[in-house]
This record gives sequence, structure tokens and C-alpha cells, in this order.
Amino acid sequence: MAETATPTDERVKEMSRLRLALMRPELGGMVGAVAVFTFFLLFAFDSGMFASQGIMNWTVVSAQFMIIAVGACLLMIAGEFDLSVGSMIGFAGMMIAVFGVVLAWPMWIAILITFAICVAIGALNGYIVIRTGLPSFIVTLAFLFILRGFTIYIPQTIERKTIIGGIREAAEGDWLAPIFGGKILTGFFQWLGDIGVLETFSRGSREGQPVVDGIPMLIVWALILVAFGHILLTRTRFGNWIYASGGDAEAARNSGVPVNRVKIAMFMFTAFCATVFALCQVMEFGSAGADRGLLKEFEAIIAVVIGGALLTGGYGSVIGAALGALIFGVVQQGLFFAGVESSLFRVFLGVILLGAVILNTYIRRMITGER
Amino acid sequence: MNTRSDHAPIVQMKNIEKHFGPVIALAGVSVDVYPGECHCLLGDNGAGKSTFIKTMSGVHKPTKGEILFEGRPMNFSTPRDAMDAGIATVHQHLAMIPLMSVARNFFMGNEPTKKIAGISFFDREFADRVTMEEMRKMGINLRGPDQAVGTLSGGERQTVAISRAVYFGAKVLILDEPTSALGVRQTSNVLATIDKVRKQGVAVVFITHNVRHALAVGDRFTVLNRGQTLGTAQRGQITPDELQDMMAGGQELATLEGSLGGTV
Ligand SMILES: Nc1ncnc2c1ncn2[C@@H]1O[C@H](COP(=O)(O)OP(=O)(O)OP(=O)(O)O)[C@@H](O)[C@H]1O
Ligand SMILES: [Mg+2]
Repeated sequence: MAETATPTDERVKEMSRLRLALMRPELGGMVGAVAVFTFFLLFAFDSGMFASQGIMNWTVVSAQFMIIAVGACLLMIAGEFDLSVGSMIGFAGMMIAVFGVVLAWPMWIAILITFAICVAIGALNGYIVIRTGLPSFIVTLAFLFILRGFTIYIPQTIERKTIIGGIREAAEGDWLAPIFGGKILTGFFQWLGDIGVLETFSRGSREGQPVVDGIPMLIVWALILVAFGHILLTRTRFGNWIYASGGDAEAARNSGVPVNRVKIAMFMFTAFCATVFALCQVMEFGSAGADRGLLKEFEAIIAVVIGGALLTGGYGSVIGAALGALIFGVVQQGLFFAGVESSLFRVFLGVILLGAVILNTYIRRMITGER
Repeated sequence: MNTRSDHAPIVQMKNIEKHFGPVIALAGVSVDVYPGECHCLLGDNGAGKSTFIKTMSGVHKPTKGEILFEGRPMNFSTPRDAMDAGIATVHQHLAMIPLMSVARNFFMGNEPTKKIAGISFFDREFADRVTMEEMRKMGINLRGPDQAVGTLSGGERQTVAISRAVYFGAKVLILDEPTSALGVRQTSNVLATIDKVRKQGVAVVFITHNVRHALAVGDRFTVLNRGQTLGTAQRGQITPDELQDMMAGGQELATLEGSLGGTV
């Protein structure tokens, strides 16, 4: 069998390098990120955007997007959506305030219970979708309203206002709260300030302290979640099940993939990510507001789509979604630094979303060979 | 042939009924499958063949009836259970995911793992290597294990599904019209593979509409018609013409054959 000795097929060459490169889901995100950075480096370099404080500013915003994008990404690859992410963020924050401030429970208990409640709601979302066979779009749209409604109703009923403050004080001395609200490497940043690498405040109460005094846990969470999501998706058998569940649930089931479990787990993970986001946010602001997280579900989905995932499921990349979130954060804050009217950000969003979806459709056609 | 009576059937399907709402797809079908035999399931379109093998592979729960696996009552509630028991299936509508790579499809639901620092990871190296090897055995040279199934031709996809089932079908291999889209070389490869695994003691359930394929490898032939068995025949006890007749449900073919000049 001389021909089987050389496994390469003469038809290999039909696939050009470019086409192969194009077939990576992260491509759009990479090109976009490079384009966006080039643009702002050229046009907004002196705006302070690339000074240490500026960098921290858009990094934090990007990290926020990343946290919810990872959840949305895995869920979308598993073939489902969660439109209740934004409401979940508001709801989770409010739960922290109710348990930790109004009821004055120890903050770590408030945090753990909030996680339990929110992840359970995620599971309920998934369970209803699986049980009824309804599109997750509709089911989670219902939860978008249900959760937001409670988030407004609860503080109004017990405190007669829509914002509950005092969270930072309540979290003082707690062992779990700094995991969401703290900063790491503060000593290192102080040292960087001392040796003059970082700018320091020259007057005021923080004189001598570096303008950037550490890495917020929010960023650490974003990096951990991205790494976790990426490894889970590409390196584990569960990751293969995520792709399979979203690619064709029926075929996956017939091959022995526990599709229902996979999907429900991804709804729970999405809720987990939303709760992490909410916790970091309330710890930073020190308060929970009824309108927190508004429109976040769409921003997460847009970041994921920019990152190359298909809305129809079965294809996508966590790294791509993280790049989508980075593009998002850089552009949103970059326009602010460049002094551009902020409403134009929405125009940009719409345009880039449309471009990404068109590109993705083209990529899918190339992979599946459909015309 | 007589050796079969020496050992017990590996799968016994007793009076299997399957209703889909008002539709009675199976109205009490009994079939025994022995290790080392190729059992052909024949019958017209809509006879219930696919439904029958789906109850065997855990996709459908029978409405009524009993399944014995290695002599014990078996309640497969998911395809996973059947697979764990050593039953692998190539479905008529292939369980393949176009957006996923060949290797990922090949091991879908059966991913090999390796432990690194106590955590088990998907062993992609192993998956890639085995996929390429198994596909080559079937006469298909892949561009690479990460090629998406969507870019394969229909026959190539079928070959992936078959080699996957052969690879995982430790005890029972169910093939639902596996050769319907295959070329000459791939078909003879599949038939040779059926012959090979049968000799290794695997029970093969083979659904086909092609008499020559059935005769080439079949030991016994069971004919389904409108959800019921018309009977089981042994190899050697039946002529190709009779088999042909049975495959069409035993009706009308004679007249048809006349009008087509004996070409059917
Ligand atoms: N999921 C289902 N829901 C309702 N009816 C079904 C379902 N699956 C099969 N049937 C019905 O059961 C009957 C048998 O179908 P089945 O697919 O088993 O036939 P088959 O013998 O495999 O035919 P073919 O040779 O065309 O593959 C058909 O009348 C079909 O319409
Ligand atoms: Mg069929």
C-alpha cells in the first residue's frame, strides 16, 4: 500500500494558509484588537489613555466585560443565550446589600448565600429551557424582567429607596470580601512608585502613593475566568460536550453526551460570572443600585460575537470573547479620553456587531462547506 | 452455524412495542442477536427498522417489551448506558457535528483523558492519532484530524461514523444503512470490516436495502414489515430472489419485476 504510506492528500493545497488562518474563531477579535489599539495610539496617545492611570481605567472596564463574556461565550457555544445576565448583576448586588447591610449578616455569609441563590436561578433558567424546549431567548427574557422587578421592589419595600449603601463598611475586616473588592501587588506598585517608574501623587492625603496602587481583584477574576473557560473548552472532555451540545443536541445525545446537564451547567456558570461581576462592583462602589447591570447581557453577547462565536452555537472561543471584551473596553474608554461624544460609542457598537456577524457567517460557510 | 446454539444470545429483544403518540412504529418485535453473527434487518421504508435499533441503543425507551443484555434485563435510559455496555451504533442520520473536527466527533461522548496534576484533560494527541489511523484503515486519507466534519463528503462522514462505531463497539455493532452513500472501495471496506469484527465475536446488526450487501455478510436475515417481524431466515436457507421479495415486504415485487424486465 504505497498510497497509504503517504497520508497526505494531493488535495491539501486547496486550503491556502490564509483560509486556514481565517478559520480560527479568534481571528476577528485579534484583527479588531490590533486595529483599535493602532487607532487610539495614533489619535489619542496624548490624551492620558496610555498613562498608567489611563491603562488601569480601560483595563478595569475591559475586565468587567470579560467576566460576563466568558459565561456568555460558553453558554452560546453550548447553544443557548442568557438575557437575564444584566438583571442578575443588579439582583446579586441587591442581595448582598440586603443580607450584609439590612440584615447585617457577616459579609462572607451574605456572599456565599448570594452565590447560592444566583447559581440556583441560573439552574432554574436552564431547567425550564430543557424541560419546555422553549428557546432560551424567551425564557431568560422573562427572567430579565422578573429579576429586575425584584431588584427594584425589594429595596423600595424595606428601605424606601433604590440604592442601598454601606457595603464597604459592612465588609470591613471580612475574610471573603477582599477576594472581590481587594487589590493585589500593592507593595510592588508602591515600590514602582518609590523608584519612580510609576507616577506618584505629589500632594493631598495620598502624597507619595503611586497613582495606580495595585491590581484590582476584578482583573484577577477576569484573567482566572478566561483561563478557566479556555482550558475547560479546549482541553477537557466537558469542553467537547459543550461544543457538541451546541453543534447538534440530537446528535450529541445519540453519541452519549449528557446534553441537558451540560446546558444547565452552563446556565449556572453564566449566573456565577454575573454574580462575580456584581460582587466586584458593589465592593468597589460600596452600594447596590436597582439599575446596575442594565444592558450588560447584550454587551456580553456582543463581545462574544466579536470574538468569533456563532449565535447558532457549537463554535466559538473564550480567548476570542476576551478579545471582544478588550475591544469593547478600549473603545468605550478611548472615546471618552479622546473627548468624543459618548453616544457615538453606540454607533460604533452597532457597526462592529454587524461586521462581526457577517464575518462569522462567512467563516461558518467555509467550515461547513455550505454555500 | 450450529455453534450458535452453544452460546447464549447477547441481546434478546422480546415483544418490543414503540408508539409515537398515535403512530405504532413497532407492534411487538422479537429478535435475538448472537455474538459473532451478522444479523441483517431488512424491510421497506417506514417498516420500523431504525426505530427498532434505536430501542436497542438506548435512544428510545420501548413502550412495551423487554430487552435482555447478556441474559439480564436491561433498561437503557440513555445512549450512554448502551454505549457503556459495549453497544455502538451508526445511525441512519449520522450523529456527526459539522462544525467540530473529525477527531472531536470521533471521540464525542467517549473522550480519552489523561491526568495532569490530578486533573483529567482531553487527550487530544491520542484522539488525533487514533482518528487518523482508523480512518486510514477504512481507506480515507484525512487532511488532518482537526479538519471539520462539515468539509467532508457525505460518504466520508459515513465512514467516520462507521469507524467510530467499530472502534467503540466492543460487543454489539449496530449499522443503520451504513453503505447508502459509499463508493465501491469504501463499501467493500465496510463489508470486510463487518466480517472482521464478526469473526472477533462481535454481534453485528446490519440494516440495508441492498440484497448483495446483505448476502455478502449476513448470517441471519430478519424482515420487518409495518412494525412486525415477517420472520427470520438463516443463511443458506434462502435464495437471493426470496430475500429480495422479503425485503420489499413480500408483496408486489413480482409484478413490479415483470414490468421492469427483471432489473430490480
Ligand atoms: N420520532 C418519531 N415520531 C413519530 N413517528 C416516528 C418517529 N420515528 C419514527 N416514526 C414513524 O415510525 C415508522 C417507522 O420509522 P423508521 O424510521 O423506523 O423506519 P425505517 O424502517 O428505518 O425506514 P427507512 O428504511 O426509510 O429508514 C414510520 O412510520 C415513522 O413515521
Ligand atoms: Mg431507517
